This record gives sequence, structure tokens and C-alpha cells, in this order.
Amino acid sequence: MSSTETNRTPFDPAVLFKAVFLAVVAVFVLVPLLATLLGGFKSLGELRVNPFGLPRHWEWQNYADILFSARYWQLLRNSLIISTLTVTLTLIVASMAAFTFAHVRFYGSSMLLSYLTLGLLFPAATAVLPLFIKVRDLGLLDTYFGVALPQVAFSLAMSVLLLRRFFKDIPYELLEAALVDGCSYIKFFRYVTLPLSRPILATVGTITFVNSWNAYLLPLVMLNTDALYPWPLGIMVYQGEYSSEWHLILAFITLTILPTIILFLLAQKHIVAGLTAGAVKG
Amino acid sequence: MDVAGELPQVAERGPSWDGRLTVLILFLPPALLLFTLFVVLPIGEAAWYSAFNWNGFGRPTNWIGFDNYRFVLETRAFWLALRNNGLIIAVSLAIQLPLALTLALMLAERFRGAVALRMLFFMPYILAEIATGLIFSFVYDGDYGLVASIWRTFGAEPPHLLASTDTAMLAVLIVVVWKYFGFHMMLFIAALQGLDKSLIEAARIDGATRSQALRHVVIPLLYPTIRLSVFFAIVGSLQLFDLVMPLTRGGPADSSNTLVSFLYNNGISRMRVGYGSAIGVILFTICVTFAFTYKRWFMRDE
Repeated sequence: MSSTETNRTPFDPAVLFKAVFLAVVAVFVLVPLLATLLGGFKSLGELRVNPFGLPRHWEWQNYADILFSARYWQLLRNSLIISTLTVTLTLIVASMAAFTFAHVRFYGSSMLLSYLTLGLLFPAATAVLPLFIKVRDLGLLDTYFGVALPQVAFSLAMSVLLLRRFFKDIPYELLEAALVDGCSYIKFFRYVTLPLSRPILATVGTITFVNSWNAYLLPLVMLNTDALYPWPLGIMVYQGEYSSEWHLILAFITLTILPTIILFLLAQKHIVAGLTAGAVKG
Repeated sequence: MDVAGELPQVAERGPSWDGRLTVLILFLPPALLLFTLFVVLPIGEAAWYSAFNWNGFGRPTNWIGFDNYRFVLETRAFWLALRNNGLIIAVSLAIQLPLALTLALMLAERFRGAVALRMLFFMPYILAEIATGLIFSFVYDGDYGLVASIWRTFGAEPPHLLASTDTAMLAVLIVVVWKYFGFHMMLFIAALQGLDKSLIEAARIDGATRSQALRHVVIPLLYPTIRLSVFFAIVGSLQLFDLVMPLTRGGPADSSNTLVSFLYNNGISRMRVGYGSAIGVILFTICVTFAFTYKRWFMRDE
């Protein structure tokens, strides 16, 4: 590849500039991440004199202690429960609404759709105090649902829009034929729309999952019990306890972002499509 | 669309009006109920609570009218937070956007490693803000951090960047760029891949140089995406919170608060419901006014 380029242009400063530029940005992105990963393998003393390089002595103990602690797994478990609840409820509730908006004509349909999309205009933080009081009055404070239900509500606007756009592309003749043959809307939704919509369901599910998995503000406000904390809250508590024992904190960070990175590598396509294209059509 | 127009006919012929009613009754209420309960009502209640001096217990009774708004506007920290949001927007526009666009133009071409680099640059975006903030509070740490280590190799006394009112916000801004440029880059790459290549080829055949084609053909074609990227940068800045907490908690001396961290520190963490709701209403007003104005002025054609 490079030899053909060399034949054409012996020396192209633009190519060199591009390579250098990309390398600099790659270093800018990678160094903090690698330093975190490697820092977890160092002793505190070594971290102070050698934060950049490979550990001279690999301290597997830092990672092992966390991996064998109940605390780490409890945090991941809580996060998994909250995210799974959020994703499941969002997919069910949003796809039902999106189906109605896509295929059922009724008076006020477009008005109700614009009503839902109001949710895109402002962040959850604006009304988080009244939201806290509402969740408290409903008796949901300090429960998984107290975090998951508001998260579902705030992810509805985007999810309904994305799903509706996809559902509308399912050929109308299909629905028409099914209805004439006596199939009900609900059966059509269950046996035709949903199976045909796997890609968009995966995309919406992935965005919702990533957002919920990473969320901090809502769990912070809604949860008081350590035992229910998802990992972003737990890691802040951990950092508070081990304030400057950076080698332990770095190991903890590495282990908590690992699931996200693995998910990203497995589902890159859905994540990139969802987070960019999804945003575009918002 | 003309196909969809036939729906009423079918509906009259078949049994489907009943069907439609069932769908309406079963399928819409869950979404509408959740949305109303947890998104719309709280906003209305924020406006109501903001007229009270209330700690959240019992019922709000101590009506004080617009005093909470006056208190917010008289707080220096509020204006600092507003300024910081402005700074984040400025950095997003002046540094992040050109960086994202340049990288997109480089990486939209096919060459070995292009896809890997795209993924690498996008990765910070999917990491939790909390984790990112913690990673960088290590990077900036005056005793153990990467910055301190670089300083020491030059024999200088390492600074505590996050602990100084002069540098805390600057440090936050760098993390903002690190975290979000990849997202904007992906927006541009997606747009570049959707461009009509024949327009660029036509320009090249007509004798335009690469950079001329870029300036007069490619960039103008990207204007909608640029406007979108600016929109996200501004909306994102108005929401920024998680990233600030592990880095500085808005400090020292409120020098690195954003509007949301100001809301958290002054309203939520002290359960000053009235005061916090007033900040929320102000933030809401800013978001909605911005969204409508921006859509109206800059995104009319989309």
C-alpha cells in the first residue's frame, strides 16, 4: 500500500502531517486510559515516580482484591438490574406507543406525538427536585423502580421517534392484508412488526442501556442505601474512602469501565448507529 | 403517503375500528402516563414550588413569590456557572468542532487503521462521565498524576490544577474536549459518507484543487451537520454535571460549577426545594428558548 504511494509521490507533506496529527490525537485519547489500566498494577510508591510506564513489579493483588470483593459484584449487579429494568420497560412502552403513532390513525395523533417529543427539549436535571418529591410520595424512594421509571420516562421521547420512523417503513400493504384476513392490530404488532424491527430495537435498547448504565444524577438523588447503589455512585464512595490510594482507585475504575468497553467492542455497530444517527433524527 | 390514505376505507370495511380502539386504549396510556408523571408534571411543579420557601417536608406553605428567583440572580455563583457554561460552548465551537471536522475528513477516507482510529476516538464518548472524571482527577493529581510527573521531569514544583480557582475550569474544559470530540467526529463521518460524491468529482473535473473542493463544495454540504453539532454542543453544555462532580464538585469557590452542578450544590444537596426549583425553572427556560430559537433560525430547512 505504502509502496504505490511512494511511487506516485516520493514525499507528500500532507500525508506526513496527517499521520502525525492522527498520532497526536490517538496519544491524547489513549494515554489517560492506559495510565489508568497500568496504574492499577502498580504500588502507590511506584505510581508516584512512574505514572506513565509499564509497572516494574506487577501488583496483581490490587485487581484480585477488588474482583474477590462482594462490593464490586454488588455494584455491577445493581447497575445491571436498573439498566435491564429501564431497557425492558422502555422497549415495551415505547414500541407500543410508536406502533400506535405509526399505524393507527386517530384524532389528536400528531398532537400527542409532539407532546411526547417535548421530552427532547430539556434535561432531567431541570425538574429533579419535584421529581424527587414525586418519587418519594409514590413510595418509590430507595428502590430500583424509583430510578428506572423516571429513566424510562426520559428516554421515551427519543425511543418513540426512532421506533416510529422504522415502523412506518414496514409496507402498509402488509398490515392491510393482515387486517382483511382478520388479524388484529395487536397480533400484527406482536408477530410482524416486532420481529421485523430487531435492528432498531437493538439500537434503541443499546442507547438506553448505555445511558442508564452510566447515569449518576438520578440514582444519586433517588437512592440512600449503599446496598442499592449502581456502580457510578459506588465508585464515588470508594474514591471517598481511599482518597489518595490512587493505585486501588485506578484498578477499581478499570474494572468498572471494563463492561462498557466490552459491550462497545461487541455492539459497536448498534452503539455508533444509535448514538449518532439516533441523535440526528431527534 | 397515498397508500396510508386508504386506511379509513379499510377500517370501515373490516372489524378494525374495534381493533383500533383496543390499540389506543392498551398501547398509548403507558407511555403517556409515565411521561406525564415523571417529565411534564415535575416541570409544572417546579414552577409552583419555586414560589415557596420549602425544605421538602410536609406541604409548602411559606409563599414568597418571586423571591427565590431574586436570590438566584443575586448569587455570584449562579453567574459564574452561567459563564462556565458559556466557556464550555465557546471551547466546543472554537476547538472541539474544528478538531472533530478535521478528523472526520481524514478518517472518512478508507485506509488501513481508519476504522480502528474512529472507534478509538469514539470510545471516550461511551465511557461514563463519572469514570472519565475520576480518570482525569488522577491525570491532574498534584502528587501522583500524569501532569505532575511531566512537571517534575522539568524540575518544577507540580501544580494542583483542580484546586486552584485559576485552573480548575480550564482543566474541566480539556476533559470536555477529550470526552466529546469523538461523538461530533462520528456525526461528521456519517454525513460525509452520505454525501453525493459526484458533486465533488464534478468540482475536481472542473479544475478545483483538493482544498478548493473542500472549501467550496464539501464544507457547504456539511452545513446542516455543523449546525446539528453546534446544537448538541450547546445542549450538552447545559446538561453537564456528572463530569464535574468527580473532578471538582464545582469548586474551588464555585469557580468550576455548571448550571446543573450549581443546582445540585445549592438546591438538591441541601433540600432547598423552592430555591432549587427556581434554578430548575431558569435552566428549563434557557433550554427551551434556545431549542426553539435555534431550530427556527438555523435549522429551518431540516
